Parts: sequence; C-alpha cells; structure tokens
Amino acid sequence: MKPEEKQIKQKKKMIRDWLFLGITIVVVIILLSIFPAKIDAVTSTAQEYFIEMMVILPAVMVIMGLFAVFISDETVVKHLGKNSGIKGIALSILIGTLPTGPLYIAFPMAATLLKKGARVSNIIVFLSAWACIKIPQEMVELQFLGGEFMFLRLILTVIFVILMGVIIERVIEWNDKKTSISKGV
Amino acid sequence: MNITAIIINVIVLVGLLLAFIKDRKKAIKSLKMAGKSFIKMLPMVFIIIIAIGLLLGFVPPGQISRFVGDQSGAGGVLLVGIVGAIMHIPALLSFPLAASILESGASVTAVAAFITTLTMIGMITLPLEIKILGKKMALLRNGISFVIAILIAFIMGMIL
Repeated sequence: MKPEEKQIKQKKKMIRDWLFLGITIVVVIILLSIFPAKIDAVTSTAQEYFIEMMVILPAVMVIMGLFAVFISDETVVKHLGKNSGIKGIALSILIGTLPTGPLYIAFPMAATLLKKGARVSNIIVFLSAWACIKIPQEMVELQFLGGEFMFLRLILTVIFVILMGVIIERVIEWNDKKTSISKGV
Repeated sequence: MNITAIIINVIVLVGLLLAFIKDRKKAIKSLKMAGKSFIKMLPMVFIIIIAIGLLLGFVPPGQISRFVGDQSGAGGVLLVGIVGAIMHIPALLSFPLAASILESGASVTAVAAFITTLTMIGMITLPLEIKILGKKMALLRNGISFVIAILIAFIMGMIL
C-alpha cells in the first residue's frame, strides 16, 4: 500500500469512528431522556471507567511509541530467524510481547521469516504472542482484572501457545510429506 | 489512582527518560507517535465507556449471569468465545469491557474466553492472514486458537 493511500484510509477510519461516537451519544441521550431514573447509574459507571482508562492509557501509548521507534522490524526478523529449539521459542514469545503494532503488521514479518527458513512452531508462537501476550495488553489487563487473573491467563496462554506451535508444525510437516508422496516425488 | 496505574506510569516515565538520554530525536518521535495513536483511539475509548455505562446501568446483573454466569454452562462460554472471535475492537479496550461484564455477573470462565478469543483470533484480518501465510497455516492457527482459548477459559474458571 502506498503511503498516501494509507493516509486516506486512516482518515476515513477516523471519520467513521467519530461518526460512530456521535451516533452513540445521540442514542444515549434519547435513551436517558426516556429513562431518566437510569442517568445516575449510567454516568457514574461511565465516569469511573473513564478515569480508570485515563490513568493508564497515555502511559501505554507512550511505551508503544517508544518500542515502535527504537526497535525496527529488521531487528525482529534478524533475531527470530536464526534461533531454534527452546531458545527460539523463548525469543519468539519475548519479541512477540514487545509493544509494537497490531497483528496484521506481524503477518508479512512471519512470511519473511518462513521464507528464510524459520521453524513453523516458532512462527506460530511468535504470531500468537504478538496477538495476545503483548506488554501493553498485560498492563491494561492488570489494571482492570487484577493480578491473579492476568498472571494465570498469561501462564496458561504461554503453555498452550507453545503446544499449538508444536501441533501445527507437525500437522503441516505431515501434510507436506503426504502430498509429496502422492505426487510421487 | 490505584497502585497498578502508579507503577505502570513510573516504569514508562523511567523508560522515557532513558530514551531521551539515548536519543533525543527518536524519543520525541516516539512521543509524537504516542500522541497520534492516543487521539486515534479516543473515539473508540468513549464508545466503549458509554457501552459499559449502558450495560451496567440498564441490564440487570441477573440477566447477564443467566446467560454467561456460573450456572449457564458450556453453551454460554462457547457463545461468548464466538462473540469475542468475531468482534473487532482494539485489544486494549477489551479489558475494561471484560471487567464490566465480570462486575455484572459473568463468570470468570466466560470473561477469560471472551478476552482470549478476542485477542488471539481475528476474523476481520483472516483474509489477509490467508493471503500472506497461506490457507493451511492461517486456518489451523485460528481454529486451534479457538479451542485453546476455550480450554484456557475453563481452566481459569476452575482455579479462580
């Protein structure tokens, strides 16, 4: 995608989001004028959650900005490509958790790594860590759902994501072998 | 301000200070980027907060727990998992939303299923994932992710 195209697309998304917010506000005003008894409950909850968000969101954004600027995509690819085994998996998780962009940024990186010969299991672990064990997410989870919840989910996710990586690697290898046999190669 | 928020802010401030010492230009660039993404996220933040206000203000806790509470069984958890897989909101904003449904009577299992499928599975990004990584890998990753998300949710429900 060209930069200008990307900018236009982002602007469109911004306008859509603000429009959506406007509609939401109108709906709320109508709802609350029909049920004035609910005004207190709705506004006090919204206010409480708003404050909880605002004490943490700027910090989370700053940390994402820092990592995006100081750690380039090339660094990630360089470190992930050459390691295998336990070290490879640990690195995949660690680099996946770094606070950088949304998941769709990771797909091309994963494709490059696969072409360079990285193991399928590492790539799956990397993608999954990128999707769901990112540091900013853990911070917000800690804030809203508490330490017990966040740590337990983190540990379980790491275990299962590694398992998934190994399983998918086996399936893909087995599948490749089968197709190469049936083709008579 | 609770203790979690204080600790996180202190860590980020230290990080920012180190960044400024290391490379002033890059640090300023990071701050600009942070400001931009913050503004970009703001409308969604307000929408989610309003949704939470309405949810907790209008829906009686009994209703929520009937569908996704402790007694609702595996069906409720699966349903929440599917909703999480389809929904496309920034992961960061799924946590306050999850906290609000937990507060209004949803079970730990349901909330864990919601967050885990929401972050791990991307229905909206699936076509792109298939295009870049191939059908086999993308479908396997998203499919197995759904199964492990439900497993994680049930284990969390048993422990917490």
